[in-house]
Formats: sequence, structure tokens, C-alpha cells
Amino acid sequence: MRKTVALFAATAFATLISGGALAQTLVYCSEGSPEGFDPGPFTAGTTFDATRPVYDRLVHFEPGTTSVVPGLGLAESWDVSDDGLTYTFHIKPGVKFHTTGYFTPTRDLNADDVIFSFTRQSDQSSPWYQYSPGISWEYYNAMSMPDLIASIERVDDLTVAFHLTRPEAPFIANMGMDFASIVSKEYADQLQAAGNMVQFNQMPIGTGPFEFVAYQQDATIRYARFDDYWGTPAGVENLIFSITVDASVRAQKLIAGECDIMPYPNPADIAMLAANPNIVLEQQEGLNVGFLAYNTQQAPFDNPQVRTALNMAINKPAILEAVYQGFGQAAINPIPPTMWSYNTNIQDWEYNPTAARAMLEAAGVTNLTMNVWAMPVSRPYNPNARRMAELIQADFAAVGVTVNIVSYEWGEYLARSQEVTRDGAVLLGWNGDNGDPDNFLAVLLGCDAVGGANRAQWCNAEFDALVQQAKTVADQDERAALYMQAQEIFHAEAPWAPIAHSVAVMPVRSNVQGYVMNPFAIHEFATVTVQ
Amino acid sequence: MFRFLLSRLALIVPTFFGITVIAFLFPRLLKGDPVLLLSGERGVSPERYAMLNEQFGFDRPLIVQYFDYVWHLLGGDFGTSIATKSPVLHDFFALFPATVELSLFAVTFAVIIGIPAGIIAAVKRGSLFDQGAMGIALAGYSMPIFWWGLLLIVIFSTTLGWTPIDGRIGLRYFFDSVTGFMTIDALISGQRGAFSSAVSHLILPTIVLGTIPLAVIARQTRSAMLEVLSEDYIRTARAKGLPPRRVIGVHALRNALIPVVTTIGLQTGLLLAGAILTEHIFSWPGIGKWMLDSLSQRDYPAVQGGLILIALVVMVVNIIVDVLYGLINPAIRYRS
Repeated sequence: MRKTVALFAATAFATLISGGALAQTLVYCSEGSPEGFDPGPFTAGTTFDATRPVYDRLVHFEPGTTSVVPGLGLAESWDVSDDGLTYTFHIKPGVKFHTTGYFTPTRDLNADDVIFSFTRQSDQSSPWYQYSPGISWEYYNAMSMPDLIASIERVDDLTVAFHLTRPEAPFIANMGMDFASIVSKEYADQLQAAGNMVQFNQMPIGTGPFEFVAYQQDATIRYARFDDYWGTPAGVENLIFSITVDASVRAQKLIAGECDIMPYPNPADIAMLAANPNIVLEQQEGLNVGFLAYNTQQAPFDNPQVRTALNMAINKPAILEAVYQGFGQAAINPIPPTMWSYNTNIQDWEYNPTAARAMLEAAGVTNLTMNVWAMPVSRPYNPNARRMAELIQADFAAVGVTVNIVSYEWGEYLARSQEVTRDGAVLLGWNGDNGDPDNFLAVLLGCDAVGGANRAQWCNAEFDALVQQAKTVADQDERAALYMQAQEIFHAEAPWAPIAHSVAVMPVRSNVQGYVMNPFAIHEFATVTVQ
Repeated sequence: MFRFLLSRLALIVPTFFGITVIAFLFPRLLKGDPVLLLSGERGVSPERYAMLNEQFGFDRPLIVQYFDYVWHLLGGDFGTSIATKSPVLHDFFALFPATVELSLFAVTFAVIIGIPAGIIAAVKRGSLFDQGAMGIALAGYSMPIFWWGLLLIVIFSTTLGWTPIDGRIGLRYFFDSVTGFMTIDALISGQRGAFSSAVSHLILPTIVLGTIPLAVIARQTRSAMLEVLSEDYIRTARAKGLPPRRVIGVHALRNALIPVVTTIGLQTGLLLAGAILTEHIFSWPGIGKWMLDSLSQRDYPAVQGGLILIALVVMVVNIIVDVLYGLINPAIRYRS
């Protein structure tokens, strides 16, 4: 069966791209292979890049922003009950699922598909909960969905109500995330009946702007435009992901015209790419933050004065130059400036080693020796933690603090840095999931996260109350006011030294039009055309 | 010959079980926890950690996990990858033909150039050719693969435009995989230009991957030939007036080939184990890159399954080498 399907797809695609030039084809040199094609069980951006062409969600973010706008996704609109406990989504009528060589839908999208898309991630009695050995729903769990969703109700064919256990203002933004992609229940039923459920993760069916054609493992992924797409049709007929793991090779392919867009260029290659007249460097401020988290439960870092003094000793411009190669901006608050509710009134700690040393002495801290943890991996929010740690080591030495740099294997680093009794200060960071401030402030600095993602082990009752209150308020302006207050408390208490927000660079060939960078670092191509 | 083969095959069983122990323990001896890596910066609560550990079966005593694994192995079940959620066997065999194809081209390239170069260097010992060839062989042996690959790409692909940069075939060609070998599948597809595209995509990776084996084979052939050429029977053959081509090509080369065949076998085994750097540079979808990714994610089922399958392949190659050994030198099979 699979052979026949693959042959059909091959023939169809060959027909599509025959005629010589690949003019209606967009080639994206992706940086890695997707883990699979079901967005539910995975967490990697590379996987979401590969599933985004195929699937839609109930709500979509406005391209290039973190704002959710009604009507952009599969839900035409939604209502929130007065108590904030029920979210009712009204699904667009006439939305088609892909018709491919391996699946022919007999009906349009309806409430059953929406309900199935979520219950398969929570209902342990469903055969789809473990449809492949070892499958787990990490994002669904990480976003606390099992605790949050009390039930999902089928109101009618095109209306679904989510009943929550507590008011949760970021819920709408969560529905725009990839784990909330809407899959076809009819396709799932067909595979279950055929005893071939694993295919759900290998040959996807969705309602998105492109339909899946084929995946040659670790080599290429091919998609074709879905002509019955409910929204604006994709700008190109064919979309090919050419998997190219080496960043320098990706750059060479872009120069040679073997691909049209490439992500994550090597910083050393950026000047060469910028000098090429056929290449345009698109830039987007990342929805991320890189920080140094003190352990606020351990002396002397339990003293805000000590933390503030250390923050004043860090030379951020030097770090931005050496670590981010100029593609970053100094972080002042724990959320990035592109996020709504960012408090522009807060000024960064002044870089003043003399004053910092005096503050430390005033706090009774002399001859301090501390550990600074350097991540063993490169991340967009911190491309070179070792180098950053060395620069901080030199900065702290200038104020009389001796730094020992420590590091561990990545899994161990993540686990040990969570411990409440951990020593020193940890370099880490965060990429935003859904554009909601709660996704930074509660996840990284909330009292519930102490011993977990709150690496500062900082629990401030006033800050926590504001963040928790903001979750229950529906009005965005009101929420923003609460988050701005919370950022003032953060600044006064200085549980972290926020270091930088990185800027993502995307080299694109000049004949490519309409590419919009996504602040969540997901790469989408529905709006792109090739001249 | 049959007994010789049987004795070699009999060794496979204990070797296989030894390998399962090593393959099972190796990823677990490395620091790192697949469950923690799965959860990333966000961290994982102790309850969820315990649940995932139970789900993956990592909460059981190691010895129980091992025997359970071997039991499944004997049934042909290599487990499911933690990362891709696909059966390990599926992932391995989807990628292995690409590695085999590239390895065969690289070894052929190394043999075709390496053996003649080694013979000429030995015959013309001390000549400019000898010094030049051995100098190049040393350089080839010492060359950082990464730098070598990028250099060839910049010169031949980006600057001159003679060869494609990476991949196995041009993006315009798309057909169903029948054998997994792109050159053969391209021929079967009947698409015009597909075969030449597949071959052109093999040129640079073949050169890069074949460089070190070429250097090793050339040096080995030279030293083996030098040793043989100084033997009494060669002097006798020459004294009897046999033509030099026959003395070198038949009398000397046949004996000199024994260590060279061993070297070729070892090199082939190494290449089949995955050419991580070459696959990385040329985006070649083989098992080297897959193993590296699995290792960095501490994907225990994929790493242990991959190690066992690679070991099996290397064992088979070694048996073939042993058989060839016996064919070249009958004394070996009689002794065994």
C-alpha cells in the first residue's frame, strides 16, 4: 500500500514540477530533519517547521507578530464566558482536509476533529494516546493542559466549548501553538481500522496551505499547494525542504541558487552573504531572553543589593559584540521588547564597576568566590555560553569577585540547575511559546516554578500575586498594567541579570517575495512567491 | 573451505552477544538522561519524570532491561526511537543504503587509484613519483575532512559550478525508492538526466570520503610490494627472464595483496559504520548522521540498535575478507 502511495505521490509531484524550471517551487534549506509529522508529540522547532505547511490551528497569530487575531485560524470567532471558565469556538464552515493518494476525506472539518485533536493527548484510554510506542505529549503537558481543561463539549457540528478548571487568559494564545494543530479524526479512524496507526506520524493529513507529498529521510520533504485551501492559496505550487545540516554548506547553496531561503546562518558567513547582491538579509527581534540567574535562596545572593551590584558589573555591550556578533540587544526586563506589556519606563542597571564594588562592600561582601554555570550547547538566546561566562568572569573580577566557570552535559545541566540548593549563578534563557507575557513571567519566575524552570529559585509574593491575577483577567490592557508592575518588582529585586535578546537573521534570495519572519522562530511559507 | 567458513560463522554468535552487552551499556554509561533532554529548558516535574521513565521502561533494573531488550532482539524487534517514535529498524534501513552506496564508491575510488599508485611508487622507489605520491598520501591522511569537503565545495560547486553542492540527486528528480541506491533507482525511474544527476552528486563526497582510505591503501600497497619485491623468488623470476610486467603483476602483486585486502576490508567496515563528517558536510542521508543525532539525544533504542546493526554489517564484511584471504592464500584456510 505504502509503495503504491509513494509511487502515486512521486508521479504526481514529477508531473507538477515537470516542464524544466522549478519556477513555481520554493526551496528551503532546513537545518535538520523533523522528528515526525504529527506536531502533538514533539517540541522541536525543526519539526514544527515541517508540520506548519500541513496543519492549521483554531487561532493563528498575525504574521510577524505575537497577536492573535480572530478569523485568521480555523475558528471564525470565539466567546469567553463571564467567569472566564468556558471558551466557545465557532469553526469556519466548508474547511476541507487534504485529498491525497493515501486519504480521501468524505466530509469537511467539524467539531469532532477539534475534540479528537485534544483528547488524543489527554485521554489515556484512547488508543491514540499511545499510538506509537514511547509517544508522549510533552507540549500539551508542559502548558499544563491536563490540569486546565476540565472537558471539551461538542455544542454542534461547528461549535466546540472548552471548559476550564480555572480562568486562564493565555488560553487563546495557547490554542495558536503547534501542539494545538487540528488533525483529521476521519483519517485517524481509517488508519486505526487498517491497523496502521503509525502512518499518522509519517504521512500527515491536515487543512493547511500545502499538502504533504513525500519525505525522503534526512534528505528532502516535498509539499504541493493545496488548491482547496480555505484561506489565501499558497504563493508557490511546490515547497521543498532540502535538509542541509551544516550552516556553511547552507550558505554556499543559497549563493549558488540551490535554495531560496536558509535559516540560522553561521555568524562568520553573514558578512559574505550580506555582500552578495542576490541575497537579502531579513531580520527579526527574537522572542527570547538570555539571562544569568542567581540562586536567591543562597547567601550572599539572597540579598537584592548584592544581585544589583553584580548586575552593575556586567558589561553588556561587550557581550553583545563578542557573543551575539552584533545580532542582539541588551535585555533590561525579563520579557523581550517586542512583547505587549513590556515596561519601557525601566532603565537598565548602569554599568559601573566602581559603584558595584562599593555596593558589594556596603553589603559586607568581600573576597566572594562563586560559580557561574555555562551551558554546554548553543541556543538562539545564548549562542556561546562559555564565552559569555568568560566575559562575566572578567567583569566580576574587576569588582573583586572570583568566578569559577562550571558546566555539565546538557541534560544534567538542566536538571542540576533546577535544584534549590544549587550554588552560584546559572546562564540560561528562554524562547517564547505563545507570545503571552505569562509564558515568561509565570514560567520562569513564578513561585510554582521554584525547583523547576525558576532557576533563580525566587519567590516574591507580591510579584507572584500580580502574575497570577493577570491570568484571570480577560482585558489585555488591564493585564498589561499588572505585568508592568511585576517588571518593576523584578527590577528592584534583580533575581537575574537579564543579558540579551537575540536578533534572528534569515538570508533570502532576492527573487523571493513575501517572506515574513515569525517571532516564534517558526518558518512559514504560505505567503511566499518566487519571481 | 566449508569448514573454514563454518568456523568463522561460529564466531558470530558469541561476538553478537558481546556486542549486545556493549551496545546496551555504552549509551547508558554516557552522562545524560533522555527524559531530561526531552523536556528541555522548561524542566520536568518529579511526577512526570517518573511517569515518562516508567513509560520508556527505564525505571526497571538494568539487568531486566537488558534481557528484555535481547529477548525482543531475538524476535527481530530493535525497539522504537525515542526521538522519531519510529521503529529503529525502519530508520536504519531507510538510511543504510545511502551509506553503502557512498562507501562502495569511496572504496572503489580508493582502490582504483591507491593500488596502482602504491605499485608504481614501490617499483620506482625513491623516484619523484614515489616521493610525490607518498607526500600526497600523507597529506590526504592528515587532511581535516571538514576543511577538505568545504574547500572542494567552494572550488568545484560554488566557484566553477561543475558539481552539485550536496544531497543525492537534483531536486527536480523525484521517484519512488526501489533499492535505496540512488544510482540504480535513477536508472529504474527512466527519468532523463536522473542517473547522471545521481552520479554527479556522488563525485565530491566520494573524493572526500575516499581520500583517507586511498592514502592508507597506497601506502600499504607500496610497503607490501617493497617487501615482496626484495624476496628471493622475485629475484629468481627476474633472473629467469620473465617480463617485468609479469613479475610485478602476477608474482609480486598476488602476495603483496594479502595485507592490502585486509586493509581494504577494514576501511570498508569503517566506512559502512557511517562517515559522520562527510555525511554532515554533503547532507548525505546516511547512518553516520543518524547515529550522531541519536547519541546527542541519548536515544537509547536508536543508539543500541544502530550499534548492533553496524556491528553485524562489519562482521559480515570481515567474514567476506577472511574468505577472500583464504582464496588468495590457500595456506591460511588449510591452517584454520
